Amino acid sequence: MKKLSARRRHPLAAVVVLLLALAATGGLYAAFAPAGTAKADETAQSLAIEEGKKLYSVGCASCHGTGGQGTSDGPSLVGVGSASVDFQVGTGRMPAQQPGAQVPKKKVIYTQAEIDQLAAYVASLGAGPVTPKEGQYSPEGADIAKGGELFRTNCAQCHNFTGEGGALTHGKYAPSLEGVSPKHLYEAMQTGPQNMPSFPDTTMPEKEKKDIIAYVQAVNGDETASPGGLSLGGLGPVSEGLFAWIFGLGALIAVAIWVAAHTAKAKKS
Amino acid sequence: MSTQEIPEENLPAGQDTAHGAVKVADNPFVDPGLPPHKPRVQDIDEKAARRSERAVAFMFVLSMLATIGFIASYVIFPVDKIVYIWPFGHVSALNFALGWTLGLALFFIGAGAVHWARTLMSDVEIADERHPMAASPEVKAKVMADFAAGAAESGFGRRKLIRNTLFGALALVPLSGVMLLRDMGPLPERKLRTTLWAKGKLLINMNTHEPLRPEDVAVGSLTFAMPEGLSEHDHNFQTEIAKAALMIVRIQPEDIKDKRELEWSHEGIVAFSKICTHVGCPISLYEQQTHHVLCPCHQSTFDLSDGARVIFGPAGHALPQLRIGVNDKGFLEAHGDFDEPVGPAFWERG
Repeated sequence: MKKLSARRRHPLAAVVVLLLALAATGGLYAAFAPAGTAKADETAQSLAIEEGKKLYSVGCASCHGTGGQGTSDGPSLVGVGSASVDFQVGTGRMPAQQPGAQVPKKKVIYTQAEIDQLAAYVASLGAGPVTPKEGQYSPEGADIAKGGELFRTNCAQCHNFTGEGGALTHGKYAPSLEGVSPKHLYEAMQTGPQNMPSFPDTTMPEKEKKDIIAYVQAVNGDETASPGGLSLGGLGPVSEGLFAWIFGLGALIAVAIWVAAHTAKAKKS
Repeated sequence: MSTQEIPEENLPAGQDTAHGAVKVADNPFVDPGLPPHKPRVQDIDEKAARRSERAVAFMFVLSMLATIGFIASYVIFPVDKIVYIWPFGHVSALNFALGWTLGLALFFIGAGAVHWARTLMSDVEIADERHPMAASPEVKAKVMADFAAGAAESGFGRRKLIRNTLFGALALVPLSGVMLLRDMGPLPERKLRTTLWAKGKLLINMNTHEPLRPEDVAVGSLTFAMPEGLSEHDHNFQTEIAKAALMIVRIQPEDIKDKRELEWSHEGIVAFSKICTHVGCPISLYEQQTHHVLCPCHQSTFDLSDGARVIFGPAGHALPQLRIGVNDKGFLEAHGDFDEPVGPAFWERG
């Protein structure tokens, strides 16, 4: 100790102490790092909620109330979960343009980061369906045939056999599923937006939702083949028959009239 | 029309209406006759006729080529080859080629024939007089005489026994045809009044084929169920599910307006027949906010929060409700069959 004490005023002593202190700090940090990350996550989460609340106050509060409790113009958002927000805002349905029978899909005005912040805030109001991860909704490897069966049992009554959509009561309608992303399809089934009933995991497990998504992508995607030629909107036999009667028969009548209207005589009269 | 050969006295100028009575022709509706025949270019000009001949032959050759194309495409294209063709989209190469070639082959036969008939075949107008409809008086008289002779010889008017039994036989013969209609049966008996639902039968989720628990059914969700013991592989599956199909929704109990509906539900979980009471379409276009169910066939609308009352459309009565509860293992079960026949009304429904 004497030796150490004698050297405590050595010019390099300060450097040694500094190094020791750094090593101790580093070791301590390494030992407690997990707790530290969790704390950092929590901070990020509360930051997202903070930011989300700001966005909410500007864009949503006029209809849904300052604390998400709902008003006469919009339903309560307590317990709708982040999946609902991700669907409604991510498809441009919210913020709504005007009240009416149904809020239509339109241009998305928030960035995905802002949508996540809004979702974090709304999720903090009460537990609800959580925004799905890619592994939950990705249709890769799903059973398309089984998905078709499930689609016809659960979805086809409103959305038509290939997801072309259809009319409901009083101006409401089931929208076309063309071009809807797998994530939004999943969220719609999980949360039941607007008048659509929900299909929670308890009655329709995650795997079945994936099958349905795979089916919709297969029959109503950009690359969907229509072996018979014009699909005519995929609306069923009525529109196909109507097309044949109006355009097919119409073309025959037009040709017949054209033939009869042009005389073959040398001297036209 | 101006050059038609109309008798002079039928033309307006031939009648002097200003002085005295109008002179009435013997027959004002006299047949004006055919207009004079006018030739076609092809009738006058042999070169034009040759051109037409070549055009017709050309169309027939095109038809031949299209048929060869049809056979070639059938051989060349595999069944599953999909190609993108604007503006048709992603179509089967085989179907597309077969359709067009066969269509063109038929079209050019028709177009060639029409062109042939219009330009080269004789186009001289011909009128054929109809022969008179009535038979000559001699034929008429002979027929009447023959009939009277035949009636007298048969003794039809004199032998009343034969006449009456013949009438009887003729009247009875159609009955055998009516009797055969029995083969359209057997009569449905009680089949229209009962379904597979019975006391204690579990509600099986049609997605997972697992029995449903009340906690599985969330407010605002829609689930379809079939009775326990029925399998999609059963030979009578379609017959049975057509009657037993069930739609299950959960409504906040305070939102249920009908007292019996609330009693027959389990904590707001209500089970209604999925078969429309108008003509029996499967009906499950459920709007979770209004609790309305719409039938896609004729727009009958039912309010599931008010005993599935008909609020719009041609349906005659509310959707039958299935009384449900929870068994001691915590699964949803039926408390019996529907208390009225499901689906459309029938004569003896009552």
